[in-house]
Amino acid sequence: MRRLGLADIRAGLADGAFSAVELAEDRLAALEGAEALNAVVSPMPDRALEAARAADRRRAAGEPALPLDGMPVAVKDLFCTEDVRTTASSAMLEDFVPPYESTVTANLIAAGAVLAAKTNLDEFAMGSSTATSHFGPAVNPWKATGDARPRAPGGSSGGSAALVAASVVPAALGTDTGGSIRQPAAFCGIVGLKPTYGRCSRWGIVAFASSLDQAGPLTRSVRDAAILLGAMAGHDPKDSTSARQPVPDFEAALGGGVRGLRIGVPREYRVDGMPEELDALWRRGAAWLEEAGAEIVDIPLPHTHYALPAYYIVAPAEASSNLARYDGVRYGLRTPAGTVEEQYARTRRAGFGAEVRRRVLIGTYVLSAGYYDAYYTKAQRVRRLIARDFEQAFERVDAVLTPTAPTAAFPLGEKMDDPIAMYLNDVFTVPASLAGLPAVSVPAGLDAEGLPLGLQLIGRPFDEETVLRAAAALEEAAGFDAEPEFVR
Amino acid sequence: MSALIEGREGVWEYAIGLEVHAQVASAAKLFSGAPTAFGAEPNTQVSLVDAAMPGMLPVINRVCVEQAVRTGLGFGGAIARHSVFDRKNYFYPDLPQGYQISQYSDPIVVGGTVEIPGRTVRITRLHLEQDAGKSVHDRDPDRTLIDLNRAGVALMEIVSEPDLRSPEEAAEFLTRLRALLRWLGTCDGNMQEGSLRCDANVSVRRPGAELGTRTEIKNLNSIRFLREAIEYEGRRQVEVIEAGGEIEQETRLFDPDRGETRPMRTKEDAHDYRYFPDPDLLPLELDEAFIEAIRAAMPELPEARRDRFVEKLGLSDYDAALLTAERARADYFEAAARGRDVKQAANWVAGELLGRLNREGLEIEAAPIPAAGLGELVDLIADGTLSGRMGREVFEAMWETGKSAGAIVEERGLKQISDTGALEGLVDELLAREADKAAEYRAGRTKLLGFFVGQVMKATGGKANPKLVNALLRARLEE
Repeated sequence: MRRLGLADIRAGLADGAFSAVELAEDRLAALEGAEALNAVVSPMPDRALEAARAADRRRAAGEPALPLDGMPVAVKDLFCTEDVRTTASSAMLEDFVPPYESTVTANLIAAGAVLAAKTNLDEFAMGSSTATSHFGPAVNPWKATGDARPRAPGGSSGGSAALVAASVVPAALGTDTGGSIRQPAAFCGIVGLKPTYGRCSRWGIVAFASSLDQAGPLTRSVRDAAILLGAMAGHDPKDSTSARQPVPDFEAALGGGVRGLRIGVPREYRVDGMPEELDALWRRGAAWLEEAGAEIVDIPLPHTHYALPAYYIVAPAEASSNLARYDGVRYGLRTPAGTVEEQYARTRRAGFGAEVRRRVLIGTYVLSAGYYDAYYTKAQRVRRLIARDFEQAFERVDAVLTPTAPTAAFPLGEKMDDPIAMYLNDVFTVPASLAGLPAVSVPAGLDAEGLPLGLQLIGRPFDEETVLRAAAALEEAAGFDAEPEFVR
Repeated sequence: MSALIEGREGVWEYAIGLEVHAQVASAAKLFSGAPTAFGAEPNTQVSLVDAAMPGMLPVINRVCVEQAVRTGLGFGGAIARHSVFDRKNYFYPDLPQGYQISQYSDPIVVGGTVEIPGRTVRITRLHLEQDAGKSVHDRDPDRTLIDLNRAGVALMEIVSEPDLRSPEEAAEFLTRLRALLRWLGTCDGNMQEGSLRCDANVSVRRPGAELGTRTEIKNLNSIRFLREAIEYEGRRQVEVIEAGGEIEQETRLFDPDRGETRPMRTKEDAHDYRYFPDPDLLPLELDEAFIEAIRAAMPELPEARRDRFVEKLGLSDYDAALLTAERARADYFEAAARGRDVKQAANWVAGELLGRLNREGLEIEAAPIPAAGLGELVDLIADGTLSGRMGREVFEAMWETGKSAGAIVEERGLKQISDTGALEGLVDELLAREADKAAEYRAGRTKLLGFFVGQVMKATGGKANPKLVNALLRARLEE
């Protein structure tokens, strides 16, 4: 049952090849066996088995199968889950148990999913390695050939990506603010989709940067990403930024092929120091799509160079405000002191790790009087220019093809003392985030060291269907079927 | 009503602007569905959003937006088609999010005016914002407790230009604005419960000179305190300046017990609120149809109603102003006057009823006599059943017992005697008994008429129709 994807499970349960409880027990055992990945913050075996039993009961009663009936899914520990500890991998929320269920996880539960575990992440989703977690770094199931060093799974949805890549669960939920689904998907050799901003409700997701945060699926196939997204998405009156857009049948879009599609290749993404084999893979990806019938178009995205600095102003600015609620007054960690000011200071020093503190400081700085216009206002202007670049590009093309991350997975502990080097991981993913566009990372091959590399496809707002169609074509052409060291 | 301050070195003039915080009349809070009722047990009206639990998001309450638009239309402001909610960031234990959602650069209403006697006061803006919770310091000797019932309640902050020239004008402005809010039903105006609070920006200057440095007096919760605080603050500023000092721009608190203002605890670091647009909320876009629907349903405004009372109903300026000071008053009057002598109805509402309410410290909503009941009383006087004096007696009885005028007349046998035959007998009897005085009258001492009328009234226990008695006496004495 290890290699079964969501579509396979749907077929297997329908055929009676196995029961939802058998599958859940098997996957819960696999979770226990995957401790070395440090990918789980809180397992949810009771919840999972109860959901699996309910799925079996429905099937026994002859009810039609729900869209995710009996399908095990791991959940990034940033989604609030009712009566299940939700930590954001932070000491601040180490013992926080929400009395409510996020909209996206509630949607999955309603669709029959078996939520199996809460997964490790960078603290408050701030990072690209899952190494800023209060619970220690998650580990990538992949290793370089002849190199025993454990590798970072990427981040911030690193725990989710590691579990899916190691075939512990068929699918997981992540969130993506500047690349936090796509970069770990690329590092772990799986599919990761960031939907259009507003496609999935943010209600009940611990906020990092409100204008960028978006939930999305991490799976081993494009089809499974389409299945999971279909259950996650939809308008939510509790989230004012959630879009009133109908949810199409994403899976049905997959068969379309790419014949006649125009795929843009932006020259600005060819950055200095990019490994030659990544550049080669990118060219190969374009060639695959061309062979499948797409037209490849060279396009300009002239403001790309400003995306990363703009992102590292906007996201920390919002974060500095979003994280102000963690003050030790109502819930979460409290470190008592003589005065309330001192209590704030001690609580937040004890509750937040170095990277979170750094971003809160940057965000506070860029919003402060006298600096606001120079930083925040300018970054917002850049953001509009980047969105306009894409709008103009999408007058000529249907999707944009780029690499997902500038490197393959790096060894654990690397870049930890160099925030700028870490931030550079997001250089290809951040533009789509700033523009609010749907983007997917598809595993496209291995580098010379045997580590996976991903290619990214970016689409028009709310046109996940075209993105998924092109991704399916890329997936088929790449034929990526390598398995990580962890499962070999 | 402007007033000058006599300094040692000549006169000074006030320049006062108010910032009024009016709680929006709405069953639910600005961004959550939690209720807003006053006086509930602590922390019983708090949603997950109000407590700023992780992942919770604000959703704008349509009713609060409508109320803000209604208020803006009420004072003639321009309704912004596009306004923005910003975050005002600061740490405080009763501010759960660590920021207040407010409107900073793009408020929902811009401009407008409020008329006070002798002056048109300009409104700068009205914006919507969240209230904070309450820190409770006196329940526990060692700890501060937090009550979040108010956290997230919708407030309208209404800011005036520094157009007011005396403490009295400031008080008049706040009175008028409060009446308008109550008139529109957008704020209950209850200052004791904190539904309406006010900050006063006060400065002094030589008449006609540039504005001086202002101080801000925070959180004035009665019109009397507003007047007293400004009065004190103006004199204090003049003393400081005349002694060669300078006014420091600062926030001050008014101590009603000592009748003085004092600087608030100075913060070591000045607040930098780091305003930025709230990314959880889209800009508020209002279309023409939304605004027009509210405009179409607006009640007749106080000035229009006052003018109508004068021009169409023929009331005096004084009565019309008195009867339109509150919408409930005007409604009461119009209900009492419907279908009968309007001026008489106005006299009874403006005189007897408002006088009694005033003495008892009651609002008209609490009057024990319904408008229709007062109308019945007016009718009984108009048709001669009751004299004016008897009417007042019946009014008192109605107030005390809650019974109708008709029932009281019946019970007490208060019917006025308008039977000519019966009264003629009494008159003849009287003139016969007082033949000397009758002769004096006929000789020219016509003042004696009062004496005769009094005697008839006395004989009838006050029930005789005084007009009729007058006429009968005159006829007999002058025949």
